[in-house]
Amino acid sequence: MKRVVITGAGTINALGHNVADTLDAFREGRCGIGPLDMQDVDRLAVKIGAQVRGFETEGLFNRQQMSLYDRFTQFTLVAAREAIAQSGLEFHGDLSAKSGVVLGNSGGGMTTLDANYRTVYEDGKNRVHPFVVPKLMNNAAASHVSMEFNLKGPSFTVASACASSNHAMAQAFQMVKSGMAPVMITGGSESMLCFGGVKAWEGLRVMSKDACRPFSANRNGMVQGEGAGIFVFEEYDHARARGAEILAEVAGFAMSSDAADIVMPSKQGASRAIAGALADAKLNPSDVGYINAHGTGTAANDKTECAAVADVFGAHADNLMISSTKSMHGHLIGGTGAVELLAGIMALREGVIAPTIGYEEHDPECALDVVPNEARDAKVDAVLSNAFAFGGLNAVIALRKV
Amino acid sequence: MSIKDQVIGIIAEQAVLEPSDVTLESTLEDLGIDSLGLVESIFAIEEAFDISVPFNANEPQQSDFDISSVASIIAGIEKLVAEQKS
Repeated sequence: MKRVVITGAGTINALGHNVADTLDAFREGRCGIGPLDMQDVDRLAVKIGAQVRGFETEGLFNRQQMSLYDRFTQFTLVAAREAIAQSGLEFHGDLSAKSGVVLGNSGGGMTTLDANYRTVYEDGKNRVHPFVVPKLMNNAAASHVSMEFNLKGPSFTVASACASSNHAMAQAFQMVKSGMAPVMITGGSESMLCFGGVKAWEGLRVMSKDACRPFSANRNGMVQGEGAGIFVFEEYDHARARGAEILAEVAGFAMSSDAADIVMPSKQGASRAIAGALADAKLNPSDVGYINAHGTGTAANDKTECAAVADVFGAHADNLMISSTKSMHGHLIGGTGAVELLAGIMALREGVIAPTIGYEEHDPECALDVVPNEARDAKVDAVLSNAFAFGGLNAVIALRKV
Repeated sequence: MSIKDQVIGIIAEQAVLEPSDVTLESTLEDLGIDSLGLVESIFAIEEAFDISVPFNANEPQQSDFDISSVASIIAGIEKLVAEQKS
């Protein structure tokens, strides 16, 4: 089996349009959540979100590309360009033939769907733009990355709601680990922050109207975000041979299914995924210094997640740090695990633990060190990143310092 | 603006050319317009003239709409406008 390392990272999200700005926000504990700027916002009950602001496509994409790129594809390409540029890789010949793109995404081109439903149902028009289908399909982003970077190996999109990116990265990890592909572009994106997307989430009554406060006793729900996180997963010897800078090693992965409830999380399902990731990475519980939590800020997730961590780590649960960066960039749904992996990489490389901001009141059911409100300096050698999706699908990734 | 000038304008925009570079004899292939560009042009034409163009990308030769040159497209549009707007 091959070792798998990360040699490039890129992002765009409410905290910044690149990795450097996003990590600055993590260090500063800056919040990207604010009033929603979208059509018909007055008809929404939930009026806040972590929107990507100041995103100008002029100069990034030409007119033909714009007619084919939904917002989630635009985000994906911006992040992929950053990640692949950092890796220094160019894809030709055998490397091109074997390398591919596996991305996570939940809603596909929701902005395109929303706008065209409006055209047909609200405006009463009987004609829509011919590219609606190729724009909104969930695999559009992965396909456009493959085209822009000449990636001709295995490429597809994984949809498992809030665990999509982690499941996608699991696939990419396995492909590089098994020797099937020397390099895989992976991560995920989402742009569900449109009128219909927010309206749908409102219906479930799990959204906060004021802030995302994970683990805080007065938390009152999740806040949606949008954006993308993209990584270059590369076989270790391949990266070493070309002198690439290695950001972290992908040490292991595990996935589990609750097989219980379509929305309520399960402590057992989460525990099995966390314990599985440790086993796959050959890590002892005491090796883990930091966990980037799923930490949605809902009543159900946060207490279940803390209970699962306490179960798996035993006494060490009180020594490790666990934070939810969703308090800053919101919940990117299918793209969330990818953006959150950046906090794990920052912890390993820079020794800075991103905080859980908005933390106000201790909750005895979340009695772990949640790194409240301020980033902390700490040396850690291994981290986990959790994702627990609706549908009871869990995916946990383990990273190790190289 | 005449139907001819409007159609040439739409085709020129799709081909990223100046309208003066689009001649009546030009074919879509000459202008570098591929199959996606063609359906996008037809959409733009339908929107501009509020007409319905009978074109099926699966069987362009069978469609009752001749796309073999800019001139044939303009003639087809003029006919459709006359039929559908009368």
